[in-house]
Amino acid sequence: MNYLASIGSYALMVIEVFRKPTKWRIMKALILKEIDELIYGSLGILVFISFFIGGVVAIQTALNITSELIPKYLVGFATRQSIILEFAPTFCSIIMAGKVGSYITSSIGTMRVTEQIDALEVMGVNALNYLVFPKIIAMLMYPFIIAISMYVGIFGGWIAGVFGGFSTSADFVEGVQLDFIPFHVTYAFIKTLVFAFILATIPSFHGFYMKGGALEVGKASTTSFVWTSVVIIILNYILTQLMLG
Amino acid sequence: MIEVKNIHKSFGDAHVLKGISSVFDKGKTNLIIGQSGSGKTVFLKCLLGLFTPEEGSISYDGKIYDELSSKEQRNLRQEMGMVFQGSALFDSLTVEGNVMFPMEMFTKQSRSEMQDRVDFVLKRVNLIDAHHKYPSEISGGMQKRVAIARAIVMNPKYLFCDEPNSGLDPKTAILIDNLIKEITEEYDITTVINTHDMNSVMEIGEKIIFLKNGLKEWEGTKNEIFKTDNEAVTNFVYSSELFKKVRQMYIEERN
Repeated sequence: MNYLASIGSYALMVIEVFRKPTKWRIMKALILKEIDELIYGSLGILVFISFFIGGVVAIQTALNITSELIPKYLVGFATRQSIILEFAPTFCSIIMAGKVGSYITSSIGTMRVTEQIDALEVMGVNALNYLVFPKIIAMLMYPFIIAISMYVGIFGGWIAGVFGGFSTSADFVEGVQLDFIPFHVTYAFIKTLVFAFILATIPSFHGFYMKGGALEVGKASTTSFVWTSVVIIILNYILTQLMLG
Repeated sequence: MIEVKNIHKSFGDAHVLKGISSVFDKGKTNLIIGQSGSGKTVFLKCLLGLFTPEEGSISYDGKIYDELSSKEQRNLRQEMGMVFQGSALFDSLTVEGNVMFPMEMFTKQSRSEMQDRVDFVLKRVNLIDAHHKYPSEISGGMQKRVAIARAIVMNPKYLFCDEPNSGLDPKTAILIDNLIKEITEEYDITTVINTHDMNSVMEIGEKIIFLKNGLKEWEGTKNEIFKTDNEAVTNFVYSSELFKKVRQMYIEERN
């Protein structure tokens, strides 16, 4: 029953976010600030992780090719497919649930605890629009860093494969180009946009409706990470079934 | 003037407000006092429109809140100023940004007009050199002043303060009390203050309501509160040694 009530409250929150908009002059500044915090601030960690995961995927694939019948270009092919289809859109989103999601929940939760949200409401400001809408718009930039993550992941695979002696550059590049289906990138970006909305709204929901003090802010951040991850994993399955199944 | 008629508010099984009625006059500092858990904060949040009472009505200069359209309610909210217990200043904004915030949100004034108004209200609350500091860089007393400046910057008709003295030393507390009283008289505002500080009652209590277990137990002025025979009020008022001595002196003087 509690889960149903929470889903209902979440839906109502999302509707409220788009009502009574804040002045554009103020909203513009808030959106730019959120792009800086949520997108630009996450670029470094995503590039770092993508590079090394790409490398590990290439090495693991190469080490598991034991048969001489399996072509060497499979290393590049497997790296590309893993990075574009799953690692960049889905696992980067799980990482973002930890980094960005916790930040969103704790910052909004702290505003709740210190009565800053009450102050907004007393003034007649739509607190949900003021706090959550700029985050949703900022997260529309999320596919751009996922695109960077894709490039860096494949590049990491090439570096590890070629310089680790697991593949030649020509084989790797041949694998990367082999049977390329452009729709896979479209599929990855559609998933990314859906996850971006989830990453902006579920942590906001947990922060906005939290009750209690500093300890509860920490608990809300943890709960928000768990639920954001669970929803991303479930939606990943559903979207994959719908678009590729 | 704010008129409250028989308001009830519950949270689950807890019946917090059990039918409170009162009138808060314009240009006066109206105090709500009572022990922790007596329903003061819930009552104040009902007055602010943050909680909706299940029964009863609240009218602001004759306008009943529940009968207003959502746009009218929003406009009415812009006539209210609130000083929260913990000041509730926006951490990401400077002192100037906090005070300017309501004007940026709801007026079409130019930047220079807003700046002039901010300078005026900050000067009025005796804060001159803190414009560009962040809330974390100023003292608790200064934060309260900023909160008051933010509350009055839009020329509110109604000013609400939740425990404005909490966490302040006695000297700063008196300064804040007097500032609220001066502003109330100067701008003819209906001010409602939630407190359990007896010094505030002595300093600025023009009208006092005593709440106990969600009911209005007593109502009067600061002069009457020391003469009342109401046991709950006397237990509350004379809970400190200082006030016990004051009462003893008063009785001796009277005899």
